[in-house]
Amino acid sequence: MKRILSRVAALTLSLGALSVGGVALAEAPTPQYGGVLSAILNPEPPNLNVALQQVAVTQLVAGKVYESLLTYSFDLKPQPSLAKSWEVSPDQLTYTFHLQPNVSWHDGKPFSADDVVFTYTKVLANTPRTRTLMANVESVTAPDPQTVVFRLKQPYSAFLHAFDIGGGAILPKHLYDVDTPITQNPHNNAPVGTGPFKFKHWERGSYIELVKNPAYWKEGRPYLDGITYRVIPDAASRRLALEQGAVQQAWLQDIEPIDQQRLAKLPHIGETKKGYEYWSTMLWIELNGGREPFSDKRFRQALMYGLNRDFIAEKIMYGTGTVATGPIHHNTRFYDANVKRYPYDPKKAIALLDEMGLKPDKDGVRARVGLIPSPYGEMSRRTAEYIKQNLGKIGVQVTIENADVGGWTTRMGNWDFDMAYNGVFQYGDPAIGVSRTYVSSNIKKGLPFTNTSQYSNPKVDELFNAAAQAPTEEERQKLYTEVQQILVEDVPLLWIADTNYSVFHNKRLHNVVTTGLGVVDTQSDAWLSKE
Amino acid sequence: MKDFLHAFCRHKGGVAGVIVIIAVAGLALAANWIFPHDPWEIVNAPFMPPMTDDTLLGTDTLGRDIGAGIAYGARLTLLLAAVSTAVSILFGVSVGAISGFYGGRVDQAVVGFIELFQTIPSFFLAVVLVAILTPSMTTVIFAIAVVSWPPLARLVRAEFMSLKNREFVQAAMLAGQSNARIILTQILPNSLSPVIVSGSLMVASAILLESALSFLGLGDPNAMTWGYIIGASRSVLRDAWWMSVFPGVAILLTVLSLNLIGEALNDALNPKLARKRTT
Repeated sequence: MKRILSRVAALTLSLGALSVGGVALAEAPTPQYGGVLSAILNPEPPNLNVALQQVAVTQLVAGKVYESLLTYSFDLKPQPSLAKSWEVSPDQLTYTFHLQPNVSWHDGKPFSADDVVFTYTKVLANTPRTRTLMANVESVTAPDPQTVVFRLKQPYSAFLHAFDIGGGAILPKHLYDVDTPITQNPHNNAPVGTGPFKFKHWERGSYIELVKNPAYWKEGRPYLDGITYRVIPDAASRRLALEQGAVQQAWLQDIEPIDQQRLAKLPHIGETKKGYEYWSTMLWIELNGGREPFSDKRFRQALMYGLNRDFIAEKIMYGTGTVATGPIHHNTRFYDANVKRYPYDPKKAIALLDEMGLKPDKDGVRARVGLIPSPYGEMSRRTAEYIKQNLGKIGVQVTIENADVGGWTTRMGNWDFDMAYNGVFQYGDPAIGVSRTYVSSNIKKGLPFTNTSQYSNPKVDELFNAAAQAPTEEERQKLYTEVQQILVEDVPLLWIADTNYSVFHNKRLHNVVTTGLGVVDTQSDAWLSKE
Repeated sequence: MKDFLHAFCRHKGGVAGVIVIIAVAGLALAANWIFPHDPWEIVNAPFMPPMTDDTLLGTDTLGRDIGAGIAYGARLTLLLAAVSTAVSILFGVSVGAISGFYGGRVDQAVVGFIELFQTIPSFFLAVVLVAILTPSMTTVIFAIAVVSWPPLARLVRAEFMSLKNREFVQAAMLAGQSNARIILTQILPNSLSPVIVSGSLMVASAILLESALSFLGLGDPNAMTWGYIIGASRSVLRDAWWMSVFPGVAILLTVLSLNLIGEALNDALNPKLARKRTT
């Protein structure tokens, strides 16, 4: 009955629309060409070469200009992008990619397999993000202009999951195969790619303008005439700009969590939680395992029991995060919820500290530690303040040490911290985005976003390595389940929350998010309806 | 002294200012008794408007008591302002005194040094200093002191230059008093009145500077100052006015009172000038 009613409603609506003179259907409106999308860009990216720089904002802009071989669906299955199709040899050592035909660079030069080989062997093999992938690769060759073949040294089961825009943007060989060092190439700030939008102008501190690429290889795309990214540093102005329709799209933490619920209630604003599956950022408090008392597992467990993470998820993140259970985000592959739990239990925390022999001094303090909040946004500050308050109750006195982006990454990289707020992308597969934080081979002083908590456990190393090479999904799941159980018992760092971000958009903007990469993807399907 | 008090009391604004400052100082001292818990303590539900459920001034985004924040903040804000003013008075007076007393090359060098600071916009200098030195109570005090001493140094220098040719100073020189003794016991006491006046105004501007730094998130992250409370709540200004308004009123009243006191002091200490103004 309900269905019939909705049919009738749909029919009336579409009739109504027809009678007004439109052609729109009520349920799936036909895309319209034209219109320029204005989107929020915050903060301003350092440069636009996504092969060198993976901060989210660089990916957001560069994801329209450059393309990678693959993209990923909401359930993280590989989808065609610059690669039309691909084959895997039975021994899982040879991956053959067939490229899209008739692709050209924005400057008119034809795109070919040589560009892919050049990008992977000369550029990506040296970037922190793709180096681990390329360590498994023996050779990259182009038997013909439409085909690229990767030969692996050993099976690497996450292989097909590392070809996103952040890890595998293809650069034009004719502009990058030059003597100038890649970091100084002028095209880093004026990118030339194969994507649906061409770079036009970057007014520093104000906006980045992209225009439609009429020669885009995908027939009839893109719908939009262009995208303008507006740099709006102030949170209140961002909310206002979206409310008033000056911009039509916001993502990640563009809108402060506290404003999100209110914004979502507005009739002209749409919200979707989809489009973050591939990133699945986790927020955690990094612990310096090389220092006392963090080297003691009981201390780390005590911190975990002493933190009211539910409060953080509900009252500080306002539902933009759910309490984390362990090292893998619930949207990432091979997540297992069946691990030890750490509910808020200050009594248990104090018992653990007593057991360690950390007795309170005359001020009731058992340990004094520092905490560096992340420099992004108010939320991390509030979280740090709350943690300070929380841990003070179990006798751990926290001093907050503010730092800017540079100070924060350097101090973490150089192990010059006690505790630090951090959030890291998981890139769909634990072999790419999770193991790097826990395996001992990634303890690299000087490099942030490595195993900076200096956690070292041979069993964990072994399990992560075995899982990366295991041939079937079932075997990988078994190994990852075991590794999750060990890590949650050991608490190398304090997992606070699995983020659950939203994309906010004006309802005039359609097809905002179509893949697991969300608004970072090319958005060649996005379109604006008329006002 | 009696004359001074009498002259000061004629200025009604000044008296009001003193009363407000005493009230704020009293609040700072009594913070422990009025609010037995820490200002960072979460005592209630977040976003409680004022006058509800035994929170007089409401709670902030995490449920911390705004009233407690203001009381404890008074302590820190006043302390910060007083210490940084003391530091810059100490430095500014010594520099100005040496420059004005010795004159010549010394004076030229010192004036050049002062101008170096005066050409840089003071607030930006403070922001840069705090950002480089990592924010903490000491660095904030240091930054405020560094940007506020130059005008005072100029003032003292001018006083010294005019006083050093007066008869009583020359008499002291002839009597064989050492330079240090002349500076400290002869000239300095006679040039103190403008220092006191500008000192009271410097406390006010130190409070404003500190609040601006904290508002930008460059204050000591472990210190609940007034500027911090406003800065932390500015993103919710449209939904929760009380979080920013009450500490804002606290800053306004304190700074206004300090300015009124400064004016009254000026009138009381420079009676000639004051009389001219009233007639």
